Amino acid sequence: MSNILVIAEHANGQLNNSTARAVACAKAIGGEVTVLALTASGDEVATAAATIAGVSNVINLQDVSNGHALAATQAPQIAAIADGYSHVLAPNSTFGKDLMPRVAALMDAPMVTDIMAVHDARTFDRPVYAGNAITTVKVPDSVAVVATVRCASWAPEAGEQAAAAVESSANSAALPTHTRFVGLVSEQGDRPDLQAADRVVSGGRGLGAAEHFALVEGLADKLGAAVGASRAAVDSGWVPNDLQVGQTGKIIAPELYIAAGISGAIQHLAGIKDAGTIVAINKDPDAPIFEVADIGLVADLHQVLPELTNAL
Amino acid sequence: MKVLVCVKRVVDFNTRIQVKSDGTGVQLDGVKFSMNPFDEIAVEEAIRLKEAGIASEVVAVSIGNDKSQDTLRSALAMGADSAVLINADQEVQPLAAAKALKTVVEQQQPKLVLMGKQAIDDDANQTGQMLAALLGWPQATFASELVIDGDTANVTREVDAGLETLNVDLPAVVTSDLRLNEPRYIKLPDIMKAKRKPLDTLAMADVAGGETAMIETVKTSAPPQRQAGIKVDSTEALLAELKTRNLV
Repeated sequence: MSNILVIAEHANGQLNNSTARAVACAKAIGGEVTVLALTASGDEVATAAATIAGVSNVINLQDVSNGHALAATQAPQIAAIADGYSHVLAPNSTFGKDLMPRVAALMDAPMVTDIMAVHDARTFDRPVYAGNAITTVKVPDSVAVVATVRCASWAPEAGEQAAAAVESSANSAALPTHTRFVGLVSEQGDRPDLQAADRVVSGGRGLGAAEHFALVEGLADKLGAAVGASRAAVDSGWVPNDLQVGQTGKIIAPELYIAAGISGAIQHLAGIKDAGTIVAINKDPDAPIFEVADIGLVADLHQVLPELTNAL
Repeated sequence: MKVLVCVKRVVDFNTRIQVKSDGTGVQLDGVKFSMNPFDEIAVEEAIRLKEAGIASEVVAVSIGNDKSQDTLRSALAMGADSAVLINADQEVQPLAAAKALKTVVEQQQPKLVLMGKQAIDDDANQTGQMLAALLGWPQATFASELVIDGDTANVTREVDAGLETLNVDLPAVVTSDLRLNEPRYIKLPDIMKAKRKPLDTLAMADVAGGETAMIETVKTSAPPQRQAGIKVDSTEALLAELKTRNLV
């Protein structure tokens, strides 16, 4: 039976819901699921992880170095306790993508990036070529499975369970001091998190100017939606990079995705292919976005977005 | 300060990927190859460090078959001083690549290793972090800004929550994201000049650093395609459709 260690993603004492998505993948693999929370102090994160349905145990590993998630200091802590686990998983967020290869190398194990589907405990589907091909890969029996989990492919389990046991632990590994956190600039504001939101409204080149992004924000706020953007909008400097949706930005799977003035470049479509319903508003009837949109409206977004916002 | 920059030869980013019908992979015959775009950004950053007088020498490294010489010549034409090809005819996965690069790092003794955050063929996003782990060096992935400050570097990283800045001791491994810089166009005289720059070849077996477990690719398939849905002709019709589907 598999014995699976899932690394919790968290910030400011809040568990990120990407952790529950990784747990959903662990449940598909089958076996006992232990969540590892690397924290500097407090037990909020561990307590929250203990209520994710399907979690058997939580380890709250406390070390002063865990105030910020630095791969250089967290990878040795994980590698030191990974013995005895058949699988070590983390979400394929920038947190997991940064951390897990470092863990894998310390364990001398190859790594699977971005698990989309589970065939058996060692065989998985993962995307390559920006999602234009899917490979089925098998990890040899000689090593532990070290992997990241594609958040958009795994819905977090609904509901909570009675809290699993939380065990406190201290770090035993030697940790480097060569990496220091300086700061984080975040411009997300009060809107929902792009990767966790049920609804997302995105704007692209068709907006024409930075100030027109207010049209996207207006509709998003009326819908309680997160705001996203195409690479063109980000590269134009209209919005910060953390709003970019696509293969090189965030891969998302909201129930409703509204794309306004986005033509639908391959790399953007790779970021939304798991969305529930895609709505496209674009004045170019030949825009590739219409080939994947569930509902398309060929019209000028400068007219449609205010009309839609006012009618809601 | 010497800078080592790692480049991979991949299917050109403009190529429409075709999955072979027998599931053995994607169609690579007659397809254009180029330098991995993220690696091109890493080369540009290394050259700019040299132009700014911070780097003294830029060495480009690639792992692959003889055709990867073309990729190294591109790096030399951009401005790298010399190149090393680790010659391998079979597939080299990230952990094996990191072990081979570690050997080259030990030979070359750079203060900084730059490479793309991922290759656009396998999309693994692993080699830089693995190399840093094997060397015991700091890593700064997904870099959008790199400032060398004496024996340390300040690196701004594109993370999900925004822009994070780390300060790392050198030597370090830095992987580039899209917005680190815009690579220059290569001019014809530079292509000619690149032909005369030194390009050494090492055998993979000589730098591999022992046995490495491999992940087996069982099959490759085409992704499920989304189908186009309906078209509506007005904002009112769009709103009605969203209401019918219980989406608003």
